[in-house]
Amino acid sequence: MKHRTFFWFILPTFLAMFFFITLPIISVVIQSFHTPHDNILITVENCDPFGCKKVTSIDHEATKELKNEKPLGKFVGLDIYFDRGHLALEQVKQHWNNSENLLSFLSLISDLPFYKAIFFTLTFTFTVTPIMLFLGLLIALGVNAFNRKLKGLIIFFSLLPMIVTPLIGSIILFWMIDSRGIVGNFLQIMFENPNLSLKASTSLTWVTLIVYGVWHAIPFSFIVFYAGLQTLPKDQIESAQIDGANTFQQTIHIIIPHIMPLITFVTLMQLMDNFRVFEPIIGFNAEAHATSLSWIIFNDLGGETRQLSAAATSSILTIIGIIILLLPVLIKTWREFDFKK
Amino acid sequence: MMFNSNKINKTSLNSSSIIIYFFIFLWVFLAAFPFIWTFWGSFKVELDFFSIANWTNAITGENTKQTYGSPFTFVGYHGAWVQEEFWKAFINTSLVCFFVVFTSLTIGTLGAYALSRSNYKYTFWLLIMALIFRSMPPITLVAGYLPPFFEWNLWGTLPTTIIVLVSINQPFTLWMLHSFFQNIPKELDESAKVDGCSQYKAFGYVIVPVMWPGIITTGLFSFLLAYNDFAVTAMLLSDENRTMVPQIAAFLGTTYTEGNVMFAVAAVVSATVPLFILIMFFQTKIVSGLTQGAVKG
Amino acid sequence: MKLLLIKVFSILFFLVSSSAFACSISARVSIVGNEFPAIQTVGAGAKECKGAKVTANLTADHQKINVAGMSSKPAEYTTAIVANTSIVALLNNDLIRPLDDLVNKHGKDLKKNQLITIDGKIMAVAFMANAQHLVYRKDILKKLNIDVPKTYEEMLAAAKKIRASGLVKNPVGGAYKAGWNLAQEFNNMFIGYGGSHFKGNSAEPNVNSDAGVKALKMMKSLSEYMNPDFLTHDSNATNAEFRAGNVAIMNMWGSRAATLVDADGVSMEVKNGMDIAGPMTVGGGKTPASTLFWDGWTVAKKISDEEAEATFIAMTNAIRPSILDNEDIRKQAVWLIEGYKPTDAARGVFAAAKMNTTPYPMLPYAGLMHSAIGKEISDFMQGKETADKTLSDIEDAYRASAKEKGFI
Repeated sequence: MKHRTFFWFILPTFLAMFFFITLPIISVVIQSFHTPHDNILITVENCDPFGCKKVTSIDHEATKELKNEKPLGKFVGLDIYFDRGHLALEQVKQHWNNSENLLSFLSLISDLPFYKAIFFTLTFTFTVTPIMLFLGLLIALGVNAFNRKLKGLIIFFSLLPMIVTPLIGSIILFWMIDSRGIVGNFLQIMFENPNLSLKASTSLTWVTLIVYGVWHAIPFSFIVFYAGLQTLPKDQIESAQIDGANTFQQTIHIIIPHIMPLITFVTLMQLMDNFRVFEPIIGFNAEAHATSLSWIIFNDLGGETRQLSAAATSSILTIIGIIILLLPVLIKTWREFDFKK
Repeated sequence: MMFNSNKINKTSLNSSSIIIYFFIFLWVFLAAFPFIWTFWGSFKVELDFFSIANWTNAITGENTKQTYGSPFTFVGYHGAWVQEEFWKAFINTSLVCFFVVFTSLTIGTLGAYALSRSNYKYTFWLLIMALIFRSMPPITLVAGYLPPFFEWNLWGTLPTTIIVLVSINQPFTLWMLHSFFQNIPKELDESAKVDGCSQYKAFGYVIVPVMWPGIITTGLFSFLLAYNDFAVTAMLLSDENRTMVPQIAAFLGTTYTEGNVMFAVAAVVSATVPLFILIMFFQTKIVSGLTQGAVKG
Repeated sequence: MKLLLIKVFSILFFLVSSSAFACSISARVSIVGNEFPAIQTVGAGAKECKGAKVTANLTADHQKINVAGMSSKPAEYTTAIVANTSIVALLNNDLIRPLDDLVNKHGKDLKKNQLITIDGKIMAVAFMANAQHLVYRKDILKKLNIDVPKTYEEMLAAAKKIRASGLVKNPVGGAYKAGWNLAQEFNNMFIGYGGSHFKGNSAEPNVNSDAGVKALKMMKSLSEYMNPDFLTHDSNATNAEFRAGNVAIMNMWGSRAATLVDADGVSMEVKNGMDIAGPMTVGGGKTPASTLFWDGWTVAKKISDEEAEATFIAMTNAIRPSILDNEDIRKQAVWLIEGYKPTDAARGVFAAAKMNTTPYPMLPYAGLMHSAIGKEISDFMQGKETADKTLSDIEDAYRASAKEKGFI
């Protein structure tokens, strides 16, 4: 395609992404290198319905000029990246020196907010993604074997976990798994432990979040794989059957290679979405047991005093994390890309 | 077709097909059960829905019977739709979804077509950039929009939200549509051009018609993203322009105040009805759309 | 249901009929605030004013948009309804104006204690108060011959008896959800033990102290009598437990007391058994282990003087004493308005004020401390850390964020 034609075709989508994603990302990067100017604090008398007392307040006049001169704030370079709320270099160094083995080092740094979030996020990403890929494929294969009339209904029901608003979906599931809810009761009877509660222990909360993550993501992989199966070349299967290949062998040698591009696509999107896991943590009130980078950002932006620089830094770290995570897939795409010679 | 249905029918008694049937029914049960439970519970009072005293109350509706004399009540629905005027949110959501899907697909199809028909280096980098854009957490983006939107008086309106939703979801749309276009042979464009069409005409008259199934599938995903969005709509819409999901969140209440959970539950159930119709309607199209070769990257 | 509708209509009718008191304004008014019923009433009251457009955007996310919405020129919102926790963000960014002139001109109905002054300047007008206090089941306490607890130590003893009696398995309730709620409970307890969050008038943290350790230990002891899922229970969930009869004593928001047992399907036992009392003290201290809150409105700085005046008139009209003639409105909150006679449900908050409960500190960095506590404290509650470690973690987390915001 000519450069000129290409330009006109891509222009609208490019403009949309430029204004609403590129520019914000640039401003977020700048924000992450700056903090607000140092405040000049003064003591003033403060009265409310409950009485008067001396309190500390900010002297706006004192920093007005500085603020007008440098509206971005104070340049701090990578300071925020390395502070305790993020990479915590200093604390990590200290823990490294104080710990005898890797295990105790890991348990020490898992107390720092960033590493705590990373541990959960990685566990979540690397369990949910393969499980949902595997089960999605299995269901797609199964549904494909069903007779026509039932297929439509099964597809509709299979899509439900993705359709119901996660906001409410997780509240309802959260109640069902309560120790007095239907699922909680069922588990108590099954494990013969009347005190079993999925919400009270960290490990069970992680399991719950992972199960929810899989449940919520299966429809996506299922529908994509199911579609891929429709394009399977018939003659290949037939010749394999003649050769006496069983179902398992056919799946491994013919089906998987055929839908490999789809598997790559789903993996790419899922790694990204799982690394940004957020809604289930809020929905299941799981903050005490599991946090993620997205949750940290939400928390920094949602407090009474909004920590913009901290949130900006966490966002950039999220992007970097995702790039690292996707690197193998990106390199593969690069190799396979059909460049113009 | 791999597990050809005829083949299964012929050998319907073998153990592997029984396992498959069992497995699929188990999945359908797991997928649908919470929704069916919610549907049933939406006709109960809160104390039955969240049946703290005894979970069987959620099925039998003990407290609902005591309060209203029947184990079913439409109080939640009446409260949400009549008292709290949930229909306004419903209309807003319909508007947002329609325009998001329409705009996304229009500009996304153009862009994805260009990306699939050009193989200069910058094409690759544009695709990768789009992927990196998608990794930006949406909450950060939204927090960044607030100051300029207020400054230029754009905050709170539906068009602003629609444009933001379109832009944020553009990377996903581009990637998906790009994969579709990859599967349409380039010879098709070439032959159209030989017949004297410009690239634009070739796109409009030859490629788009072939692409319909792919466009519909991508449209479904854009629709779901707009329909279920909370992060953007909660922060960018004023309360009279609220869509369904933030309105449902508002029913739930806050630390200081009581919410009305049953309004939220009834609203969720009724919000699923149009989706049910939509999926049933497009179900074959979706599958055939993906059949086109779809998301083959 | 019908009752509720009638209530809503009667409020609407009342508002329409009472707008005979002319309120006329000459410039736009635009409100941002939370969306609970008392604030809805205020929003509706402002809308009665004629002559210019009055808009209200009432949403639970108000805190996330009010700073941005008042920073633009001119400000999108001419007034923000805030609490003593959330006014700090507006003050920190210098977004609200002093109201002294306007109070002199149009504020004759306002009581002196409604006026929030900072450094001698009136910065906000408060209209309602809130605090956490004791809510309990008098029938259960009576049956077991327990006096209404006045201290947390008595609450623990009561909890022990109730559990032993087998009446309620997990008798204590509390909004102990990790994050803001849990941090708020810590603040209460910490103040109750005589702690102060900061060193003197500086922004240096001071929670790693004797009072901090005691506060954590008390919370831990209480949590042993709570539902094992307590770290996921916010005030909604805690109230639901109370309504179901699973909780006998709890520390709860005053604003929730009026409608606590109104929901459909609550048993008569719970309905008749519920009672409230003032906040409790702890560790022999005199100051209750609770904090006082007010809700009030402010006027934006970056708007014209005409708009500021119109806003002041409309908002004053919204909280005029005559709105209390309606009984439903009177029950919506503990009003600070002239002529308000406390309803039964307001006793707890009034007792809190009378006992000289500490108001939530309006310090520029109080919110940062609150977030830091919320982030770090759940490790202790789960028994993963010692109290000392948690307290020093809180201080470290706070220092990192206070440094970022330029306070230390």
